[in-house]
Amino acid sequence: MKRAAFILAANPLTLVGVMLVMLVVMAAALADVIAPFPAHRGAVVDFLNFNKPPGGDYLMGTDVVGRDLFSRILYAYRISLLMAVVVLAIAVPIGVTLGLMAGYLGGRWEYGLMRVTDVFLSIPPLVLALSILGVLKPTLLNGMIAITAMWWPWYTRLVYNITRGEKAEGYVLAAEVTGASRAHVMFREILPNCLPAIVTKMTLDAGFVILIASSLSFLGLGVQAPTPDLGSMVAEGARYLPDQWWLSVFPGLAILVAVFGFNLIGDGLRDILGGDR
Amino acid sequence: MTALLDIRDLRLSFRLWSGTVEVLHGISLSIARGERVALVGESGSGKSVTARIVLGLIQELRGARVSGQVSLDGQDLARVSPKARHALRGTDMSMIFQDPTSSLNPVFPILTQFREVLARATPGISLDSARDRATSALHEVAIYEADRVLASYPFQLSGGMNQRVMIAMALANRPKLLIADEPGTALDVTVQAQTLDLMRALVASHGTAVLFISHNLGVVREFADRTYVIYRGRIVEHGPTAAVFGNPRHAYTRALMAAQPRLTGGPLPEITERDPAFDAPAEVHS
Amino acid sequence: MILSLKDLGKTYASGPHAVQALAGLTLDVAQGDCLAVVGESGSGKSTLANLILGLFPATTGEMIFDGAPLPARRTLAHRRAIQLVQQNPASALNPRRSIGASVRLPLDVHGIGVAAKRDEAVTRLLADVGLDPAMAARAPSALSGGQRQRVAIARALACGPRLVVLDEPTSALDVLVQAQVLRLLHDLRLRLGLTYLFITHDLAVVRAIATRVAVFHKGRLIEEGATEAVFAAPSTPYTRSLIAAVPVITEEEKAMRDTLARGAS
Repeated sequence: MKRAAFILAANPLTLVGVMLVMLVVMAAALADVIAPFPAHRGAVVDFLNFNKPPGGDYLMGTDVVGRDLFSRILYAYRISLLMAVVVLAIAVPIGVTLGLMAGYLGGRWEYGLMRVTDVFLSIPPLVLALSILGVLKPTLLNGMIAITAMWWPWYTRLVYNITRGEKAEGYVLAAEVTGASRAHVMFREILPNCLPAIVTKMTLDAGFVILIASSLSFLGLGVQAPTPDLGSMVAEGARYLPDQWWLSVFPGLAILVAVFGFNLIGDGLRDILGGDR
Repeated sequence: MTALLDIRDLRLSFRLWSGTVEVLHGISLSIARGERVALVGESGSGKSVTARIVLGLIQELRGARVSGQVSLDGQDLARVSPKARHALRGTDMSMIFQDPTSSLNPVFPILTQFREVLARATPGISLDSARDRATSALHEVAIYEADRVLASYPFQLSGGMNQRVMIAMALANRPKLLIADEPGTALDVTVQAQTLDLMRALVASHGTAVLFISHNLGVVREFADRTYVIYRGRIVEHGPTAAVFGNPRHAYTRALMAAQPRLTGGPLPEITERDPAFDAPAEVHS
Repeated sequence: MILSLKDLGKTYASGPHAVQALAGLTLDVAQGDCLAVVGESGSGKSTLANLILGLFPATTGEMIFDGAPLPARRTLAHRRAIQLVQQNPASALNPRRSIGASVRLPLDVHGIGVAAKRDEAVTRLLADVGLDPAMAARAPSALSGGQRQRVAIARALACGPRLVVLDEPTSALDVLVQAQVLRLLHDLRLRLGLTYLFITHDLAVVRAIATRVAVFHKGRLIEEGATEAVFAAPSTPYTRSLIAAVPVITEEEKAMRDTLARGAS
């Protein structure tokens, strides 16, 4: 812990990242309490107040049907964070397990698993997600499935590389000579040594999942109206630029804050955790 | 006669997150021209760090505090600029390391690395001159198929061959001082013996002084004229090698001798790793 | 004989690039002995250790352990009976496990004792190797090289093996620590009735700890016998050259070495 504090002191940006992410998380968690117009997250219209610029009751202005942008952004953060959590919660265990198996078991396991991984990695991420969504209807759930499908290979590759290195270490040989099962060696011996890299990557990825999800909904393929989503909001407001600039700029900034925050934490974590070995 | 290398009251500490760690508590050491001096100690004693301070490598680390005097040929190394100190490396003083294969750059052939070394003393040296000088340097370390070796990469040569290449490179610019950090430790015992014989002959013929760092008592005894024994950042005994080995006075030196298994056999000794007697003041043999 | 090797051999690859790491090895190891396996790089000593540990199958010959042949695929019982202490203690312990957990692993794998009592067994094992049992919760990075090697020894002995392969166990240790660990290994062997296969390149260590010596050169066993006999009168020039190359610190060792060297030429 003291070491973490020392490194944080040397990396003030990490602290900035932590604060930004906490801001995002609190905004999402306390949306019901903070939002001045909680009902605006749904299908509400208020044509008297549409397209109002920022000011007065409406901190960030209103959209084309009169909904308060600030409130919608707070609720939209919920979707973004949900995406990040669900995608990573599914993609990471799958990717890590496959990486451990490919790296430790070697032979046909390695060949088969890594070739499949290579195929997935060679398809541009967005193209893969788009093709999946082309087949399935665009919904929040299917958006998450699409992103998960393109995300796991990165963890497989990461863990595969680390596992191959750790395989040569004495403690792996010691466990094998002791008679430990292959599952034990993979999950109880090697996996703990992969954790720093995995956790760091997950933190950085949280930001990127949000970015990709926003891109998908920008293209109209993620969450559907009236659920607020940062990417969709940017898309809707795009055609009103530059006059009603707040419609795209504020959601865009919201994405930036979240992604930037996660990136900064990820960099800091790499320094804190990486120094263990 | 002034000493070639004169270290006086050298102190080193590192500032870490957990506080300040003192590594050297006032080391004094001197090497005359052409003399072979050994610095013997266990890991953590500070012997490697001392060598790196002479080369000026530690001073550049963040958090390192160095005090005391280190003079090479009368020049106080603390007073010269980092640039001047850098200029001395590879020319007036050079170093060889423990594991030869990993100390050589794996992506360049030997000739390229040799040329870089020679260029330190003769900037802009031509490839042909470099090849000629490298070839004669290799002959000096009993490598006669110089062309093949110069064209090879380090991984293509054996450990013993790489060690000899490293010695040749270290002595190519005729340095006044050679620092050898546990040389030969990574080699087979027969190869190590040959390498040390070779090194001894070469430094004698070139008149190079040697600071020989080791934890291996046998090697030190066969190689060094004088020996310094270092324990936890302090010199605890020093003097001519024969005197120190023949009549060790300090408790730590005696423990080291007793702990060394003998080729002639004998019972396994009872050793205390951290005996308070080891902190006794230094013993000097004149 | 606890271990009998008959015409044991291992060849890597085949055809023109085949490497014969070990060939035609026939050797017996008596229970309770400390057999030193000596050789330089390429001698085959590591291959021999790996074969005995069952890390890969032999190409030729067989190994008889405790009267029964050792198969290529080892059972849990085999694993329990033959254990290993490695050269590099830093690498041999999982940096993400406490040393107590590392020592406990063999107990868990072989189901020794009641799960709830295993921590007590770990305490006893740590004390047996001269470590403070309170260190059980520490990570390997908090220990010195000598302490880590003791942990590795405790782990190797945890499941009560009969044969322990020690692969240069003290080569990475400082002189004082080496002396302590050698002493510990010697005492443990006598107390627990263990048999050691002690691989080393250091002939002085061989003299200090081994009851018998087997000298290997380029994959073949060239000399074998009781330690005293081999050192007093080595029968091959290679053995003599090995002894002659050892750097020594006393005059009497020097005299011995010179006598042997003269005998060689």
